[in-house]
Amino acid sequence: MSTTVVPPSPPAKVNRIGLELSDYKGAKSTLCAGCGHNAISERIIEACYEVGIEPHRVAKLSGIGCSSKSPAYFLSRSHGFNSVHGRMPSVATGTMLANRNLIAIGVSGDGDTASIGIGQFVHLMRRNLPMVYIIEDNGVYGLTKGQFSATADIGSKLKNGVVNDLPPIDTCALAILLGATYVGRSFSGDKKQLLALLEGALGHRGTVVLDVISPCVTFNDHVGSTKSYSYVRDHDAPLEEVSYIPFFEDITADYDPGTTTEVTLHDGSHLLLKKLSSDYDPTNKTEALRVLTEAHDKGEIVTGLFYVDTKQPNFIDILNIVDEPLATLPESRVRPPKAVLDEVMESLK
Amino acid sequence: METTDIAIKEKEATSKLEKVVNDLSIQVATVNGSGSQSANNVLLRAIFRMGIPVSGKNLFPSNIAGLPTWYTIRACKYGYVARRKEIDFLVAMNPETAEEDVMSLGPGASVVYDERLNLHRLRDDVIFYPVPFDTLVAPVCPNAKLRKLVRNMIYDGVLAKLLGIPMEEIHEALKQQFRKKPSAVDLNFNAAQAGYEYTEKNLPKRGRFYLERMDATRGKIIIDGNSAAALGAMFAGVTVCTWYPITPSSSLAESLMSYMKRYRMDPETGKATFAIVQAEDELAAIGMVMGAGWAGARAMTATSGPGISLMAEISGLGYYVEIPAVIFDVQRTGPSTGLPTRTQQGDILKNAFLSHGDTRHILLIPGSVEECFTMGIEAFDIAEEFQTPVFVMSDLDLGMNNWMSDPFPYPEKPMNRGKVLSAEDLERLGGFARYRDVDGDGIGYRTLPGTKHPKAAYFARGSGHNERAIYSERPEDYVNNMDRLARKFETARKRVPAPVLQESEGAEIGIIAYGSTHWAIVESLDQLRQEYDLPVSYCRIRAFPFPEQVFDFIRRHQRIYVVEQNRDGQMYELLRIEADAEDIPKLRSIRHYKGIPIDARSVTDEIVSQEGKK
Repeated sequence: MSTTVVPPSPPAKVNRIGLELSDYKGAKSTLCAGCGHNAISERIIEACYEVGIEPHRVAKLSGIGCSSKSPAYFLSRSHGFNSVHGRMPSVATGTMLANRNLIAIGVSGDGDTASIGIGQFVHLMRRNLPMVYIIEDNGVYGLTKGQFSATADIGSKLKNGVVNDLPPIDTCALAILLGATYVGRSFSGDKKQLLALLEGALGHRGTVVLDVISPCVTFNDHVGSTKSYSYVRDHDAPLEEVSYIPFFEDITADYDPGTTTEVTLHDGSHLLLKKLSSDYDPTNKTEALRVLTEAHDKGEIVTGLFYVDTKQPNFIDILNIVDEPLATLPESRVRPPKAVLDEVMESLK
Repeated sequence: METTDIAIKEKEATSKLEKVVNDLSIQVATVNGSGSQSANNVLLRAIFRMGIPVSGKNLFPSNIAGLPTWYTIRACKYGYVARRKEIDFLVAMNPETAEEDVMSLGPGASVVYDERLNLHRLRDDVIFYPVPFDTLVAPVCPNAKLRKLVRNMIYDGVLAKLLGIPMEEIHEALKQQFRKKPSAVDLNFNAAQAGYEYTEKNLPKRGRFYLERMDATRGKIIIDGNSAAALGAMFAGVTVCTWYPITPSSSLAESLMSYMKRYRMDPETGKATFAIVQAEDELAAIGMVMGAGWAGARAMTATSGPGISLMAEISGLGYYVEIPAVIFDVQRTGPSTGLPTRTQQGDILKNAFLSHGDTRHILLIPGSVEECFTMGIEAFDIAEEFQTPVFVMSDLDLGMNNWMSDPFPYPEKPMNRGKVLSAEDLERLGGFARYRDVDGDGIGYRTLPGTKHPKAAYFARGSGHNERAIYSERPEDYVNNMDRLARKFETARKRVPAPVLQESEGAEIGIIAYGSTHWAIVESLDQLRQEYDLPVSYCRIRAFPFPEQVFDFIRRHQRIYVVEQNRDGQMYELLRIEADAEDIPKLRSIRHYKGIPIDARSVTDEIVSQEGKK
């Protein structure tokens, strides 16, 4: 008699709220194989898992374009809204007004943000709405087959030889200038940095802008493109090494205190920034803008966390909204009693 | 003195006609920005306080100061409140338009004017009352800076004396006007009093128009449609309002803001049970409404034609993704900037189909300030029941002018939040399909972001989707979805406010009208019966999709006159799209598109002419 001994499968790894990594996954991506956007979706999944975000509290928002399809590819247990080209900021704003307890994660592209959506983008920054706004930036319109966007670098070349002769809009510089309170840039291929930036972003209660260079393998990954994998790898100048420590873990001292800056986020978590550049201070707005301007002049792509400000009130605070979601306030709290109508009517007689 | 000279010049006939009591119209012509609004409101309210039915219409330019503006007040014992074509009393304060204003009067009318304008030379068949405004204002208003504003109150006093308005009613009206500024009451009353006394001493009454106390306004209120709609929204339990300033809708959002700050702050915490946001443009305003509606809030915006155009794309998204939203459209004269301070019913066709592809929206069409309130409430219920944008089609005349009304009724029914599944529902059902027609009415069940259940989430998208809200380009999924949306629209046909029908015995012909046009129709029906012995039935449309009663009304009559305030007969065209083929030839169109509110006489004349009675 033979017996087969089946070893017990090891218990699945779970995060602090008891969910597995697979609980954060989305539908199968329909984007091109090798698209940088897919790597970003993976980092979003990891970041939410690591931090222990409750999926039902997340609202995924997007506009139109390749990037804007991607919210379907992560966090399938979260509500999502793939809205209208360039209008995700307003839809996100309305969502947060209706339910301030949600965690809004918006995914947009460079066209969706810097061209058709630039009007709503700048006003979102002004309001410091609590949300994470990710720009999947490839400098090109993928879904309409490869036209330049407004973040394409001057002098960069399309596959068909067309050269871009206009300067790019730096969405990070714009965001810092206009009031966003957590602004960074990364590269879809830099797993460690992007993950740390995302984890920190999830603990921030204000507008987060992460411009993630995400090469388009189909239309913008050739020689002459300044947003190809090889170009970005060669020209990436990290500003600092970013490390994230969730609020439920103690800070371990694996950084040399002399060269690190520690940023405490709203939920008590920490970002540790190991400085590569000796005097960089991410709480100094002027310095952040100087670094970005200088990088443009040198043709470098600086990555890292440029600017963070945890003191500014966000839009929900400014509006003085009750603590509960407006969406589900009971009738007794939103329909004044008959006495109020009587009072108003009397004043009009 | 000069006044007596004029009296001699007048034709005898004008002063010997029969006395007319409580049936007259007054037009005040001033320069925009001269502060005449308070004087006009006080006059209106004083007449209202005498118990006489009254209405006021402001015909103003798109300008802050300098251009001509007219305010008309109609006092009418029969209760007619539509604009009247004929002016009986002109107050000519604007040198630029005074001559034209005087020349457009009918014989026998009266003119109160600033003495310096020398208008009495223009005609000898109207009655002139010159008033030295500047001489009178100086002693009652030592502060020279305020004189420009206060001098208007003088004509209130002059008219009070000439028409028979008791000064105590002017005083009471002033107290209501300047509730928070007692010093302004005294200052203005003294000016009115100066006008009254001057008239008593120097301007003997001629002409045939008088006002006398009656008892037809007891218990009634005076309010503009925008304030009424704002009150409706507040009692509907609105929680999110995002808007962008545009005439003539701005005062709707601003009025909402002031009511909400007063009545919707949480008593425990002092925090707001609402969010009102002035957006960067109409695209953002409607985008925020969509986000809020998707996340479960009762959300609204208020705008006018150009704003509606910008909202077209996202309105289509709302229809296809199925998101509740309320859009107040206070219509003005287009196209383009058009006449931005003048009224029109110009967005009917556009809003019915607003978007690209196959789209039909629910329109509610208030015909009174009371309906601005009641439909302001009902729109939110319907939007959530049907999970779709609902347009409330007001207009400048209704929205910005003062109307008399019965006090508004407190909502009897509790709020209807529509088909929303909770975490408990999902636990019981084991999941759901967002766009499945479970009940056969075309309306699916939705969940709100934040619902704590692993099966609660769905992905809202403007792209093609199947019943489970999954991306799909399959022909059968697309058709299934579009057919369900059409079914939902048919369900709405039975739910939206029914038309108000007024059958006239033996009537072969009927009138179809809607919105602010209603008040001219009411008067025209009487004119047709009294002057032409023509019985006419009336159907006032209050919503799109048209309920079945509208088509029954058309079937019952030989000829239908669709009366409206636009050039292209937009409701007429919409009815032609929807009516039975054999009924289409019955439809005829009467259009009024001058930018000023429609009057009864224009309607009567046109019907009489088309009926061959003239």
